[in-house]
Amino acid sequence: MNSDLLLVSNALVAIPAVAAVAVALEPEYRRSAVINVCASGATFLFVLILLIVEPESGGYLFVDDLNIVFVVLSTFIGFTTSVYSASYIDHEIETGRLTPANVRFYHAMYQSLMCAMNLALLASNIGLMWVAVEVATLTTVLMVGIYRTPHALEAAWKYFILGSVGIALALFGTILIYMAAEPVLGQGYDAMVWKTLMTQAPQFNSRMLNVAFVFLMLGYGTKVGLAPMHAWLPDAHAEGPTPISAVLSGLLLNVALYAVLRFKMLLTANAAAITPGPLMITLGLASLIMAAFMLYRRDDIKRLFAYSSIEHMGIIAFAFGMGGPLANFAGLLHMTMHSLTKSAIFFSVGHIAQAKGTQKIADIRGLTQSQPALGWSLVVGVVAIIGLPPLGIFMSEFLVVSSTFARQPLLAIPLVFGLLLAFGALLLRLTGMAFGEPSRDEGEVKASMLPLYAHLSLVLLAGLYLPSHLVTWFQNVARLLG
Amino acid sequence: MEHLTIDIAHVLAGALVLTSFMLLYQDRLSGLINIYTLHAVILSMSVAWQAYYQDAPHLYVTAAIAAIFKALIIPFSLRRIIERLGVHRTVEVVGGVGITMLIGIFLVALSLVVMLPATASADPLAREDIAFALAIVLLGLLMMVTRRNAVSQIIGFMSLENGLILAAAGAKGMPLVVEISVAFSILIAFIVIGIFLFRIRERFDNVDLFELDRARGERP
Repeated sequence: MNSDLLLVSNALVAIPAVAAVAVALEPEYRRSAVINVCASGATFLFVLILLIVEPESGGYLFVDDLNIVFVVLSTFIGFTTSVYSASYIDHEIETGRLTPANVRFYHAMYQSLMCAMNLALLASNIGLMWVAVEVATLTTVLMVGIYRTPHALEAAWKYFILGSVGIALALFGTILIYMAAEPVLGQGYDAMVWKTLMTQAPQFNSRMLNVAFVFLMLGYGTKVGLAPMHAWLPDAHAEGPTPISAVLSGLLLNVALYAVLRFKMLLTANAAAITPGPLMITLGLASLIMAAFMLYRRDDIKRLFAYSSIEHMGIIAFAFGMGGPLANFAGLLHMTMHSLTKSAIFFSVGHIAQAKGTQKIADIRGLTQSQPALGWSLVVGVVAIIGLPPLGIFMSEFLVVSSTFARQPLLAIPLVFGLLLAFGALLLRLTGMAFGEPSRDEGEVKASMLPLYAHLSLVLLAGLYLPSHLVTWFQNVARLLG
Repeated sequence: MEHLTIDIAHVLAGALVLTSFMLLYQDRLSGLINIYTLHAVILSMSVAWQAYYQDAPHLYVTAAIAAIFKALIIPFSLRRIIERLGVHRTVEVVGGVGITMLIGIFLVALSLVVMLPATASADPLAREDIAFALAIVLLGLLMMVTRRNAVSQIIGFMSLENGLILAAAGAKGMPLVVEISVAFSILIAFIVIGIFLFRIRERFDNVDLFELDRARGERP
């Protein structure tokens, strides 16, 4: 049983790794796209097995209630994005923006990214997790720069520099955690393993933990995209291929958030250490309000939604910072809903930008007439992301706000203010793009609508009815988070 | 004997901080690469001393990686790069040397103030090493902020990484997995940067990030 499970969790890392090599060797880009889809699908299926079999752990990987949520979410979106990516890449090849050699590289990096993300989520010790996050950063840097235009290179360079600094700070924090644990757990491997760290946390040197958490929060927080370390995020989203924007927003930000949450649990377990909540709340609110203001002045459609991601990561960090069963539940739900919705929005935005031949918001008008399917999906997506009922984000935002009102009414004021600001900005931009006299189409797009519909219907479903199984599952995790 | 051991470790770590300061004010690229080489050599000695003191043979590997990879291969390839890019000229220091040095001194003081009380119960050797390491990390960050040229930013980043290795070596018995992976990551990181430099060279004719700023589209 234990070994079966070990096999499954190993497969989650091994499948993408093997697939990365396979697509790197495959010269024909259509076939490599198929391999990409199959590998992502297979990974997702293996995760479903993990859901059925009771998780146990051993070796370098481990599965518990917390990381399984993240793994399910990231493999699912990884799979749908690979389906979407196939049609997106087709179009890029036809228009000559990418060469088949680029695409081969792109697919190899895509699978490497999946591998690194699964490894980061499943790693049983803090060192391995750090390495995986670093690899994930490097692969995305390479994908962001793939168009090799000056803009793309600048975005990649900026992302690389800021991401490396973040990752360096996180490593320093990781070393400090080890040093705090070493007197209690002894030298060697044990002082880096999550399980032993969690059980022995009350005895650690609390001052050391405090300093470590500041570094970890700043380091991994950079990757989450929290203000003021967010500068890389809009550029990286806007200049890379759109499937990568979807993966960045939907998955990579969550992986970094997962790291922050794990360390937060560690600090919460130590009574003498600082409570990590206020730091997360401050960074979260700062991101929310900063991003909400920035939304008004965007003229690039992908940048617009990148800022919206910062906004939502702010809300999520805020919710987890509040802590407690209800706020944690709301945070988890919001994270899930945001990942699904935001990647759906990027799916439609990618095809829209291909159809219109531009990412300038001013040049995109009347989408519901010229591209009904894409246009209306965008409308639904944006209506979901600004938090209108009956979609899922309404519910999670409502939970965040109401739990804040119940416990810290004063904090609810900036929270609601930020939400309303963002609401206005996105609605304003949406009406301009979706309705009115349509602007000229530049080219035909063979859009793959299936992933888009799948995500949006899941979000709608969650808004109407949450299965009780899911609710108890999330409640368990929320309790675990403390 | 015990004191002597600790003193040697501190001298080496202190020398590393000093070299970080030299990086801060050096304004010629070739000079910068020379000082970085020195930085890497001192790091390697420092790690080797830790290996001897802690009786941890695997740290010798880390020391060897620092010596071979960072003190030989990287400076060599950086020299090739700046030759091919034709940028032996002076690099601009943004903000002025005096102010930068003052900020640097402030950062070192800050790291001592933060780290020494936090690590009061730790091993005396690790304790001051980690404070110095934080100083080196912060000085590396400062260098990345004050420099505009891509090559000097990279050197700033690598000096920062050296500080991390010093910290990792100082943490007693930290598993080998981590050290090797750190070294590996730097290798990967360096390759990436190298690729980027060449692409930037293709597009911009120089590696000054001001050029990149001009090429950007939207301004906030």
